[in-house]
Amino acid sequence: MADYDTNDLEYWDAKICEKAEEFGLSCYPQEFEICDHFQMLGYMAYSGMPSHYPHWSLGKAYEKLKTFYDYGVSGLPYEMVINVDPARAYLMRDNSLALQILTIAHVYGHNDFFKNNFTFKSTRAEFVLATFKVHADRVRSYIEDPSVGLEKVEAVLDAAHALSFSCRRNSAIRKLSRKEQEEQILEAAKAPVDIFGRIHKRPQYVEPDLHKVPLQPEEDILLFIRDYNPRLSEWEKDLLTIAHEEAQYFIPQVETKIMNEGWASYWHREILNSLGLPEHLHLEFLVRHSQVVRPFPRGLNPYHLGLRIWDKLYLQYGGTPRTPEEESLIARMEAEDDYTKPHDIAEFSSADEKLFAVRMADRDVSFLRQHLTEFMMRALDMFQYEPLGEDLVVTKVSDRASWREVKETLLKNIGMGSTPVITIEDADHGGNRILFCKHAHDGRDLQLEYAEKTLAYLFKLWGHEVVLQTTFGNKHVSFMYGDRGFSTKSVK
Amino acid sequence: MRGLFRPYSSSDSLRSDRSAGDRLRHRRKVRKSIQENIVDLFAEESIIGKNRDKIIKVPIRGVKEYRFIYGENTPGVGQGDGNARPGQVVGKTQEEGQGVDKAGDQPGVDYYETDVTLDELIEIMFEDLELPDMERKTLREIPAERISKREGYRRVGIRVRLDKKRTVKRKIRRELSAKRMTEGAGEEWDEKKRFPFHQDDLTYRHLVEGIRPESNAVVICIMDTSGSMDTMKKYLARSFFFLLYQFVSTKYRNVEIVFIAHHTEGREVTEEEFFHKGDSGGTFISSGYHKALEVIKDRYDPILWNVYAFHCSDGDNFESDNPAALKAAKELCEAGNLFGYGEIKPLGSRYYESSMLNIFRRIEEKNFQAMLIERKEDIWSSFKAFLAKDKTAEPA
Repeated sequence: MADYDTNDLEYWDAKICEKAEEFGLSCYPQEFEICDHFQMLGYMAYSGMPSHYPHWSLGKAYEKLKTFYDYGVSGLPYEMVINVDPARAYLMRDNSLALQILTIAHVYGHNDFFKNNFTFKSTRAEFVLATFKVHADRVRSYIEDPSVGLEKVEAVLDAAHALSFSCRRNSAIRKLSRKEQEEQILEAAKAPVDIFGRIHKRPQYVEPDLHKVPLQPEEDILLFIRDYNPRLSEWEKDLLTIAHEEAQYFIPQVETKIMNEGWASYWHREILNSLGLPEHLHLEFLVRHSQVVRPFPRGLNPYHLGLRIWDKLYLQYGGTPRTPEEESLIARMEAEDDYTKPHDIAEFSSADEKLFAVRMADRDVSFLRQHLTEFMMRALDMFQYEPLGEDLVVTKVSDRASWREVKETLLKNIGMGSTPVITIEDADHGGNRILFCKHAHDGRDLQLEYAEKTLAYLFKLWGHEVVLQTTFGNKHVSFMYGDRGFSTKSVK
Repeated sequence: MRGLFRPYSSSDSLRSDRSAGDRLRHRRKVRKSIQENIVDLFAEESIIGKNRDKIIKVPIRGVKEYRFIYGENTPGVGQGDGNARPGQVVGKTQEEGQGVDKAGDQPGVDYYETDVTLDELIEIMFEDLELPDMERKTLREIPAERISKREGYRRVGIRVRLDKKRTVKRKIRRELSAKRMTEGAGEEWDEKKRFPFHQDDLTYRHLVEGIRPESNAVVICIMDTSGSMDTMKKYLARSFFFLLYQFVSTKYRNVEIVFIAHHTEGREVTEEEFFHKGDSGGTFISSGYHKALEVIKDRYDPILWNVYAFHCSDGDNFESDNPAALKAAKELCEAGNLFGYGEIKPLGSRYYESSMLNIFRRIEEKNFQAMLIERKEDIWSSFKAFLAKDKTAEPA
């Protein structure tokens, strides 16, 4: 059994907190719950929330996790921490003391990130638990309502889940009200200032159509349907709102996975190295740490990638090398011509200050775009693979000629980049209340089966035919879903 | 700054049971999905005649959570061990997504396996099938096996049946009462004194012998293995035989299976040979029937055995053999509960190939059924039609 008790954890927690404050981490109050593997599986399936509305997909998540766990395909995480204020973390009871110390320090890293990174500002951490609880209560009340019932609720939730991530990605950009959009459109319709206006023919003024719905392409599909489908009943609208809000809660985590895991790993390493752990604990920590941040062959380990970039930033901004490896890394970077002093180095009094600024102001895409350099890509041996028949084949490696392309592919595939951008263009297409949508094609085609089924859900929610314009196999096509099911049409 | 620790409490583990309802509904969906794909499932593995406790891996394609995702031709980025070179193969595409290791980190691909025992699978299969309960003729139930059943306890018995727990209990009870007696009499009870077992403490389990009536059935699979039967046709036949065997197994306790392959000559073969070895040459359907009749006569007396015979062929029989085939088919109907003929003609081919269906139309026996199987989807419906003809199921 465990080689520690709660007193040990509290003892080490106090030391860790002391160090964390010394290093400058700024955290929410932290709560830890010790749980066994059943509880952990339960929390994982329900995204760590003590209260969550029921849906079969969560049962599926549970079964899947449990099957993988039972057959040893994947273990359970040592901890799980959720973005709420005060922060909540679950620690596995079976962890050894060394592992608990490591995870506690790791949790404070995440906690600091949740509190300070800009993407999490919109999640309103202090209300999250209550919001999830209220959502759960409302969904349950619809299930218990004899005029609604479980089946109808699940059917609407199925459809809502299918579309909940088709939404605005950057919550830092304010959504314009209809009024503001109108003003913007009127402004845009005005003739541009022309200093040679007197000798030019006067451009004809085309009056913009201010009755169009939506005025500007709309990314929040669920909210749009909620607001513009008059036939939905109140409980249906509410379910759409709930699904939308839940997705909003998760998007920041999707958007910062690499930074966040790298950040937590960076600080658990720094904290544990400074704790003066007894030798047996320290040795186990070293082993566990390298297990966590090791590269996955042929995959991408966010812990590894994130940590490597944070380490590089530290060195670049004048951090003192902490190990012989880091010294040789500097030497190699200098040799590879990748060690140019950053232009903004004067703005930061220390390397740590830069790190803290980055953890506040970046997300994975911007983080990697700025800091994943050619040298890094090569050091990490990053490659691009593409399907060829039945195999996935390496097509590009990070050599001088194609590292940029590999990097672009990577940037496209992280965070919300792996979710296609679908916008609603017109809610009354052809005067028939047909919902006309566009897929912003960036070289990647939609998966056809999934597109068909998702359109079926969209049709169900909208209540009229839906059309999605996209590019498929280098052809412009429209996918349509209506009363007679799915059809496609090529577009000129 | 200090963390707050909530110690582990095991009662909390009951909380994970909040997933019970969600799990149940998911399971129902999985079950439904298995039911829909069942024809695909049993065609893949050699499971005919296998032990019903055998665990088979069932790929679950079913319960996907759809959303807009990118297709499979999307390039991805990975990390090598320092030696990545263009042209290296780093994995498989997810078309049939065998890899469990990848399934976990690819949100779009929901493809995993679940373990189901064959028994469960069959239960699922027959779940939506409302069939008349096949009556077993009393004559055909024979005492098969002597079984022993536990029934009560005895003071005497043989050593192996000694019930240790009950014996010790009796001893303790005796000890306590002795103690109370002693103390009641005002004497001192010596705890240290050994208190041995007594003959009366010994308790033995008692067994009674009984006889279990057994019902027997034999499934005779006859298949045309002539040159014209290609893989697709065999695959369809195999699916049908599988269903038949499994169905009969749910109804009878002791089911045997006989494989008879024929071209111009019938012979008994193993399952392996039956499905995987092709012969060449022409077809005498009667040869297979004669062989079946011979097997029935030698080993499966219709008085003791329920006989289910089924023949799959593409109907490409030599004309000269037709009268003999017709006659033998009638005899098979006499001998068995049910005799069926399935003509396998992959879609379209029936227009230019000869057919036995017309000839077998002349059979008037009520327990005969001839049907046309053109594609996978037909199997289930033909199967249902076939069983509806069961002779024993008719009202007396």
